[in-house]
Amino acid sequence: MKRLSHYIESAAAILLAVIWISPLLFAFWAAFHTTSDAVNFNIMSAWTLDNFRTAWDGAPWLRYFMNTFLLVTIVLIGQFFFTTLAGFVFAKLEFPGKNLVFILVLMQLFILPEVLIVENYAMVSRLGLFDTLFGVGMPYMASAFGIFLMRQSFKSVPIELHEAARIEGCGLLGILWRVYVPLAKPTYLAYALVSVSTHWNNFLWPLIVTNSPETRPLTVGLSIFGAPENGVDISIISAATIMSVAPLLIAFLVFQRQFVQAFLRAGIK
Amino acid sequence: MSTHVNLERRRQAIYGWLLLSPAALMLSIFAFYPSVATFGSSLFTRNTRRKPSEFIGTENYADLFADPTFWLVVKNNLFYAGITIPVSIAIALAMALWANSKIPLRGFVRTAYFTPTVLPMIAAANLWLFFYTPGLGVLDQIGSLFGLPSVNWLGQPETALWAIIIVTVWKEAGFFMIFYLAALQTIPEDLKEAADIEGASRWTYTRRIVLPLLMPTTLFIMVNALINSVKLIDHLFILTKGGPSDASKLILYYIWEMAFAFFDAPHAAAMTILVLAVLCIVAAIQFLYLDRRTHYQ
Repeated sequence: MKRLSHYIESAAAILLAVIWISPLLFAFWAAFHTTSDAVNFNIMSAWTLDNFRTAWDGAPWLRYFMNTFLLVTIVLIGQFFFTTLAGFVFAKLEFPGKNLVFILVLMQLFILPEVLIVENYAMVSRLGLFDTLFGVGMPYMASAFGIFLMRQSFKSVPIELHEAARIEGCGLLGILWRVYVPLAKPTYLAYALVSVSTHWNNFLWPLIVTNSPETRPLTVGLSIFGAPENGVDISIISAATIMSVAPLLIAFLVFQRQFVQAFLRAGIK
Repeated sequence: MSTHVNLERRRQAIYGWLLLSPAALMLSIFAFYPSVATFGSSLFTRNTRRKPSEFIGTENYADLFADPTFWLVVKNNLFYAGITIPVSIAIALAMALWANSKIPLRGFVRTAYFTPTVLPMIAAANLWLFFYTPGLGVLDQIGSLFGLPSVNWLGQPETALWAIIIVTVWKEAGFFMIFYLAALQTIPEDLKEAADIEGASRWTYTRRIVLPLLMPTTLFIMVNALINSVKLIDHLFILTKGGPSDASKLILYYIWEMAFAFFDAPHAAAMTILVLAVLCIVAAIQFLYLDRRTHYQ
């Protein structure tokens, strides 16, 4: 009886996995076949790279890739800077007004940048950052989630290390840089993975703030490429989709263990 | 001695505000000021060339409440939240329990569950387009094997929102699974041993021990899922554009459309304020009420 239920559960788990992965598999199949072969599911039909050639020639993908890469880097550097400083303050310093500010920061967890698109757009334009990668990245830099994460991580650093460094003559910033930052490496890694995959995939805000192929990230480029007005067929859309998710997907498959481990170690419980 | 303590305290305060100021500045520019400005602009008329904007109080809100599309969009979004939150949490929990147990092909199973998380919503929408397209799509082809007629999943009001919901659940369940998986690994082995000695079945163990211990995680995921039900709308741009006849339109999409397609910023601002109000209520409930009830310490 116990045996049987184990088999049933295993089968259900694997079936769900197959269902979950199937959209990707179908797109993969379609990307390597002509449209008519793709929709007829003719297993024996020939494989082709033509869809990738057509898709590649249809838009400045290299530029889009570069833009996304730069955007993700800018956001990550900004986030590390802002959240490290603020997280350290909330974890280790004591002064009047701190808790009130912390509550204000936590409120930002719920004031989503996505919801404030109208005014953020006005702000970015006012700062002269419309249609720049910097404008796309800025609203996400002082992330409340990141500040919270860094605070939790810095809090777990034993105060003895802090004191020891101080006796050695280290200033406060020196202690932060030499004691806290190295010890928080797993948290930084986890945060980096979450941040990169979030901003690699972000769409609505870049759609609003970018207006030219020179700044457009992949997601916006892909949506324009696949728009029904352009009349591209399913195989070519699939090829473009596979192409644009490939870097992150391959990175994920290669570093899967670290990816999941990083999550587990980040202590998000 | 007391002057020393005083000095130390002052030093901490100075450093504190100094180190805090970069993040505080950014948060003010991109969260607090925009929130206030949004509220302000929701009280004025649209600024056009012929007529400068003027103060009209709550009239924009009254317009929204009189707008049947607004109520339809609210209803759609409530439905969207009402289905995606519990379904994706339930699936995530099942995934985590399976991915944590000894089953064959565990590595593959884990990867398969998690993969949608690393895909952009836009790409996910493109993948699902291949499923939903009438006639050629995978769903129709499977249907035709059983002699079912072709269905235009995205093109009819009865199914369009469901099609959107399925993509959302597919996208977020694997992400939530990770949090459950993390929590499951913190449950001590001896609880399982004790349950075995007491002769408790696996089901009893799961229901009586695992699920209560997962409560804080469930709360965390619930809040995340709720936020997602406001912000995950990218696939609308590819799959339905809110149609047909607004049947799959969600609030954030409507805000975008109002502001950037109809150039009606004041009404978009009023809608934004309503969304923020709801989010704040949720935040307050979480902080004040649920947080206290779900921690076992």
